[in-house]
Amino acid sequence: MDSFLKRINIKEILRPIWQTLVFSFGSALVLSLVVLALALILDQTVVGQTFLAKYKMPLLTYTLSNLPQVLIDGLTIGFVYAAIALGYTMVYGVLEFINFAHSEIFAVGAFIGVELLTTLAIAKVIPTESLFMSYLWLIVAIIAGMIGAGALAITVERIAYRPLRGAPRLVPLISAIGVSFFLQDVIRFVESLTTGQFNRTFPTFGNFDTRVVMGQMSIGTANVNLGFPIKSAIVVIAALIMLVVLNYLVNATKVGKAIRAVAQDRKTASLMGIDVNRIISLTFLIGGALGGAAGVLYALKFTRIDPFVGFFPGMKAFTAAVMGGIGNLTGALLGGIVLGMLETFAGTFMSAFTMGAAGTEYKDIFAFAILILVLVFRPQGLMGENVGQKA
Amino acid sequence: MQKRLFSLLAALMVASMLLAACGAPAAPATDAPAAEAPATGDKTIKIATQSPLSGDASVIGVDIKRGAELALEQLGGNLTGMGFKLEIAPFDDQANPDAGVANAKNIVADPAILCVVGHYNSGVQIPSSEEYHNAGLANVSPANTNPKVTTRGYGEVNRLVGRDDVQGVVGADFAKEKAVKSVFIVHDKTAYGQGIAEFFKQQAEKNGMEVLGFEGTEEKANFDALLTPLISANPDMLYFGGLYPQASVLFKQAREKGFMGLLMGPDGMDSSDLVGIGGASLLDGSGLYYSTVSGPASVYAGTAKFVEDFKAKFGSDPQPFAAQAYDSAAICLAAIEQAAKDNGNNTPTREAVAKAIRALKDFPGITGTYTFNSIGDVTLAKYFIIQVKSADPAKWSENAVVQTLDIAPPAP
Repeated sequence: MDSFLKRINIKEILRPIWQTLVFSFGSALVLSLVVLALALILDQTVVGQTFLAKYKMPLLTYTLSNLPQVLIDGLTIGFVYAAIALGYTMVYGVLEFINFAHSEIFAVGAFIGVELLTTLAIAKVIPTESLFMSYLWLIVAIIAGMIGAGALAITVERIAYRPLRGAPRLVPLISAIGVSFFLQDVIRFVESLTTGQFNRTFPTFGNFDTRVVMGQMSIGTANVNLGFPIKSAIVVIAALIMLVVLNYLVNATKVGKAIRAVAQDRKTASLMGIDVNRIISLTFLIGGALGGAAGVLYALKFTRIDPFVGFFPGMKAFTAAVMGGIGNLTGALLGGIVLGMLETFAGTFMSAFTMGAAGTEYKDIFAFAILILVLVFRPQGLMGENVGQKA
Repeated sequence: MQKRLFSLLAALMVASMLLAACGAPAAPATDAPAAEAPATGDKTIKIATQSPLSGDASVIGVDIKRGAELALEQLGGNLTGMGFKLEIAPFDDQANPDAGVANAKNIVADPAILCVVGHYNSGVQIPSSEEYHNAGLANVSPANTNPKVTTRGYGEVNRLVGRDDVQGVVGADFAKEKAVKSVFIVHDKTAYGQGIAEFFKQQAEKNGMEVLGFEGTEEKANFDALLTPLISANPDMLYFGGLYPQASVLFKQAREKGFMGLLMGPDGMDSSDLVGIGGASLLDGSGLYYSTVSGPASVYAGTAKFVEDFKAKFGSDPQPFAAQAYDSAAICLAAIEQAAKDNGNNTPTREAVAKAIRALKDFPGITGTYTFNSIGDVTLAKYFIIQVKSADPAKWSENAVVQTLDIAPPAP
């Protein structure tokens, strides 16, 4: 037992947690300051006066009172993006190509989890009185989603990518886009077999929808209830666990060493006795399983899923991975958090700052504009190292 | 390597062909036009239906098709007695304007089709009916409420239900009765949703309510960013112009964030899925209401037998607009019969059928007595305000009718 404990690399467990805290607080602080500065400036102009007339509240008060909620929401969606982005980044790190089918693998995970829970709900197993059982079933659903999505990811790699490994870079990329569309329609077909209805709803059970109220905050005349639904906390904690486990696996185990070796130089790694095909399959399994878990968490948070549910989160997670520096695990985490925060900030405050001219609907434009800026000034991404193209 | 790739491609091909073959029943009419060459002796008459048979709104779309099917079966006797063969040609518009227009092109290309019962979404009906209009083909709409459906003045397009410029006013007037002082309006950016949201807004402002926000969104899952300003503006009411799949999630998340005001929407809310997806919290606070143009079966005297027959044939309660679809098909049949008689018991022209529909006076349907005005609106339409009473989807038909109004359409 003692020797087992000694072999655990505590540093590798703590490092991602510490990084997460720094990134979360850092991006929260920076964005809050930017928004507050904007509010301060605009408060004295026509924007602030129009706002005051309409909502009977100075712009600055409005901004301040909304900030805590925006931070909580932004962090939650950020962790979902980060969990999906890890899958993109894992595969890119090893194979140097973007697995566009990852968004559908995410969707498949979501459907497996939700179908399992729906079956349980029909069998009257859930909702149960016992909170413990509710959480147990949720964990079972997440694991089922992980297994299904992981198996699918391996299959996709075996069928659609491995035969193309020697081909020019664009070829597997196109193949991935093809697989993505193919899987979308397969999900649509399978799910509509029984009733023609291909959306699914996350069954209501347990205490996931309950809101934890952390207290009231009064700013000026406004009373703001601070709080979050329990499911947001579940999403954040689950994503954090996934990140810690993954980081430990890649950086502190023998398998992880093999994965890094294959990522650095496939040929040399195989000369050192590493089974390259097995390691690549394993990478897809891990990436797929993470995507599957993210899918179930996404369904938990947002209730309703359809066969095309993977497209936008997948697109944004891919963006997050690129923004953070693709191929870099920490970068994916940072990118996810920053993108989630940016999106929520933009969605909440844009309407107020532009006198209603650009509403919530334009939040994505804003987030992607920031992406372009990041890439113009730091093409390798926020955390990426500037490595040359591999031979 | 080469061989393996080939076998892989072959497997994929087979798989996709299988998929295509299995998908075929959803779009059965694709090969029909070619098969039905209009030989002069052939007396087949088809009535087409267009509604979403797959996807989000398929619960309602499928029952629109079934309503029309039932009408053909029960009321087609006179025409079959005259030697005609009656057929229904169902099309899946997927609640998507592109699919609707593509289907409409197929429909007008089939000379045996003399009448179209359709569309659930105004945004699909409006572009699709351009095709019907060009071909002179009659269209009776069981569900479309956007004013533009009829205000274009096409002689072929008719509808059985009320209009959004009235429904929006009815909704805003009801909000005033409920002492609502401020409202936040969200819509789905479609012709239908944005249309009714604007009519609601106009009347709400006229009624002295404060409109604290007017936002369009295509978002289906994450409404966090939209809801934060709403919560801090703290309106008495949240109005959503759109359909229930989006509304249920938006309303649920609003309640999760602590919004306790009144929730309201137009007839797009009318589906048991609204509470099926949204859950019990929707009924909290000031509750959940919707305005509609199609009341529950109990308010129409004539529908008792329809509901019974529908259940016997399809094994489930009819969804909203199924009875209207039944009436739409009945109107098609009556007009075709009249036009055929005028044509010496021969297959009538499309033009004659379209004219015969407008010429109907006080047609006795199961959901009301219908006469069309010069642009195809019914001369008196019913509007309802309904309060959702139970979070159990099976009890959707027991929702309480708070108000029933008979209002004539605005002058054309």
